[in-house]
Amino acid sequence: MNPIITTVCKRLALGLATLVVVSAIIFSSISMMPGDFAQAILGQAATEDTVAAFREELGLDRPAIVRYFEWIKGVAQGDFGTSFSGRAASGVDRSREVVDLIAPRLWNTLFLASVAAVVAVPLALFLGLTTALYRNSAYDRSANAATLTTISTPEFFVAYILILCLSSLWPVFPSLANVDASTGFLDRLYKVALPAMTLTLVIVAHMMRMTRAAIINLLASPYIEMARLSGASQREIILKHALPNAWAPIATVVAFNLAYLVVGVVVVEKVFTYPGVGQLMVDAVTTRDMPVVQACALFFAATYILLNLTADIIGIVTNPRLLHPR
Amino acid sequence: MSKGEVLLKMRDVRIDGFSDERWHKIIKGVDLTLHRGEVLGLIGESGAGKSTLGKAAMGYTQPGCRLVSGSIEFEGQDLAQMSDKEKLGLWGTRIAYVAQSAAASFNPAHRLIEQTTRAADRAGIRALSESRSDAIGLYESLQLPDSKHIGERYPHQVSGGQLQRVMTAMAMSPRPDLIIFDEPTTALDVTTQVEVLAAMRDIVERFDTAAIYITHDLAVVAQMADSIKVLRYGEEVEEAETRQMLSAPEKPYTRSLWSVRALEKEENSHDDYILSVDSIDASYGPTQVLDQVSMQVPRGCTVAVVGESGSGKSTTARVITGLLPSDAGSVQFNGELLPRRLQDRSREQLQKIQMIYQMADTAMNPRQSVGEIIGRPLEFYLGLSGAALEQRIIALLEMIELDASFFDRLPEELSGGQKQRICIARALAAEPELIICDEVTSALDQIVQEGILKLLLKLQNELGMSFLFITHDIATVRAISDEIVVMFQGKVVEQGPKSQVFSPPHPEYTQLLLSSVPEMDPDWLTGVLQSREQSQEHGG
Repeated sequence: MNPIITTVCKRLALGLATLVVVSAIIFSSISMMPGDFAQAILGQAATEDTVAAFREELGLDRPAIVRYFEWIKGVAQGDFGTSFSGRAASGVDRSREVVDLIAPRLWNTLFLASVAAVVAVPLALFLGLTTALYRNSAYDRSANAATLTTISTPEFFVAYILILCLSSLWPVFPSLANVDASTGFLDRLYKVALPAMTLTLVIVAHMMRMTRAAIINLLASPYIEMARLSGASQREIILKHALPNAWAPIATVVAFNLAYLVVGVVVVEKVFTYPGVGQLMVDAVTTRDMPVVQACALFFAATYILLNLTADIIGIVTNPRLLHPR
Repeated sequence: MSKGEVLLKMRDVRIDGFSDERWHKIIKGVDLTLHRGEVLGLIGESGAGKSTLGKAAMGYTQPGCRLVSGSIEFEGQDLAQMSDKEKLGLWGTRIAYVAQSAAASFNPAHRLIEQTTRAADRAGIRALSESRSDAIGLYESLQLPDSKHIGERYPHQVSGGQLQRVMTAMAMSPRPDLIIFDEPTTALDVTTQVEVLAAMRDIVERFDTAAIYITHDLAVVAQMADSIKVLRYGEEVEEAETRQMLSAPEKPYTRSLWSVRALEKEENSHDDYILSVDSIDASYGPTQVLDQVSMQVPRGCTVAVVGESGSGKSTTARVITGLLPSDAGSVQFNGELLPRRLQDRSREQLQKIQMIYQMADTAMNPRQSVGEIIGRPLEFYLGLSGAALEQRIIALLEMIELDASFFDRLPEELSGGQKQRICIARALAAEPELIICDEVTSALDQIVQEGILKLLLKLQNELGMSFLFITHDIATVRAISDEIVVMFQGKVVEQGPKSQVFSPPHPEYTQLLLSSVPEMDPDWLTGVLQSREQSQEHGG
């Protein structure tokens, strides 16, 4: 097992290094955005002096490199800084810590992503395996056609169709997913039903098709023919002989889609007015609220890296060559 | 030989295969009868349909093939009429299959013993508690090392020869009535092959199992089979009892198969060396693969480098060409020291040493025509163009016994032997003094091999070319070499003129290697095993 642990540790270290590089990219690209918070708040009419004074108060007048290292230092200690919004040139300070701003949104985003994942991943695996098993049957073709339809429809459209069907015509679920900290678990579940359903429809196709392709790809291996010639049924071949060797590609595509559930759902949040991180970030970008934008971007990057890392590790531990070295 | 009752009766079996958008006939009406406990050898060149026929004996056709007509009666039941489900009940239990590449045919995700016992367990042949001990017993009788624990390993953790024996154990585990051996030793080294053959023959005899043994190697089939059936182009050429078939084949085609191994070259050896490799060390990363390797190639002669896979033959070629810079030692060509790295060598130095590879398929760009492939070194080294280029390409095509009509063809339109000829022409185009041939005939059928070897000999006579000829096949060595270098585990065991290396006394490894080469004598295997046993007794 030891070589596995060292490999995993190496991957973790690499992931961390990637995150540092990404933080620099985030910071520099945000610095390159035209205009800044001071300008955005004070508007076109403000004099140069007022803007400069406000900038100084916010700390925006110092060189970017200094601000970057201060930010990184804070982040390493769990301090993401203070949001700009709520501060005004007059000196009144009603600003909030970035962490307090993001935490409830984060919880909402993760909740929605988890609900969608819990439904979508098993469903996709099941569909992928069964379509591989009954390859080229009517079932296979209709499942493929259905998932292709949902993946090629824009997600806002899927969302509106669902609202139309399940909220307007047959009012089963609410069309607004307006949750807050006081919403109970079951109520929350009820409210996110439609957004979760939308996301499921959008991601199942990709995962299912990749699972099916990974399995079918393996079916051409000599050991599958061998299994067949030693009397294994089609079902046994898929589950016992092909699937154990297909985990690595399946894990990769699942990780990719889970990451999408966290970072790519701003459109769905908007449609259902769901208070997630995506919306927060879009709002922060419009107001040039840099500490919030940076924190959101960093969180998204970390999600991507972590999920891909997990897929890598699954690929390693399901590979007997790595798990049981000579 | 006393024959038992008929176990398998195939009548007028016809199988089609689908390729290039149409159905082709692969098996054109073959009959086959096998009695209980009988071993039948199926022999033929690639494309003869022997593997397809072997699988058809199980009632199985590969995806892309279909059984057109004919009956396949196994114990009186016609497999051709059975449903898939009924056939699954026979496969792995009554009829078992041993595949060519054990390494690819074991599922990498499961332990060996699970795979060994699976078919028997599924059919409930014996109590689950007994199936492990039975498997261990089979491992033992197949003389697998550490038979009690080897089953706990994964396929990648044991050697190719061991895997092939485990696969025989897997086939034998449900005590089938019939085993199909599909080229089971083709992928093995010759020294490993002997043990595997002996183990397989032994266990088939012990359980009185009938078998169909498919191979392209006559000497191997002579050891294993009671009778031999020769196939060509999906049709039977002839069938006879092994001894009779070996001593008096009736059909000209069979005789031509037999005669291939008779090719031999007169030895020529002197000490004007064109290439001299001195004390080379080389490694891939931290693993050292060559240890103090030295060898010389006399001008205008052929030096054969023999050894098992992993002995460092190809690595030596890579060092000579500069593809792999050596760690120590020197390579001299025409008395001139060659830079270690390919990048540091002059164009002239590159031109004088050319290489031909085993897989002609992958050594050619599939999108280039024959003319472009041969023309490239002519442009690069000799600066030819226009009409002169074209003339030279056609002259080269003639040299390799092909005509100008090949000029515009793509590699995929050529047969295996023709592809290898194009690769030879490409090497010749550079007008080299030394050609390194890396297993150039290994992927070819015997008759095609003979043609290529004859061509190489002819080119040597006409152009005075020197060859460094890497091979694992002793028959090829006999056919083409003047001198022989024997390699083992990255070291040179010996180098000398052919007559000297082939005559005793031999160093220990050379002895093992030479004595492992199957001969066309049905008693050869028995003889080898006996003499090894004796020498062990004397030794111990």
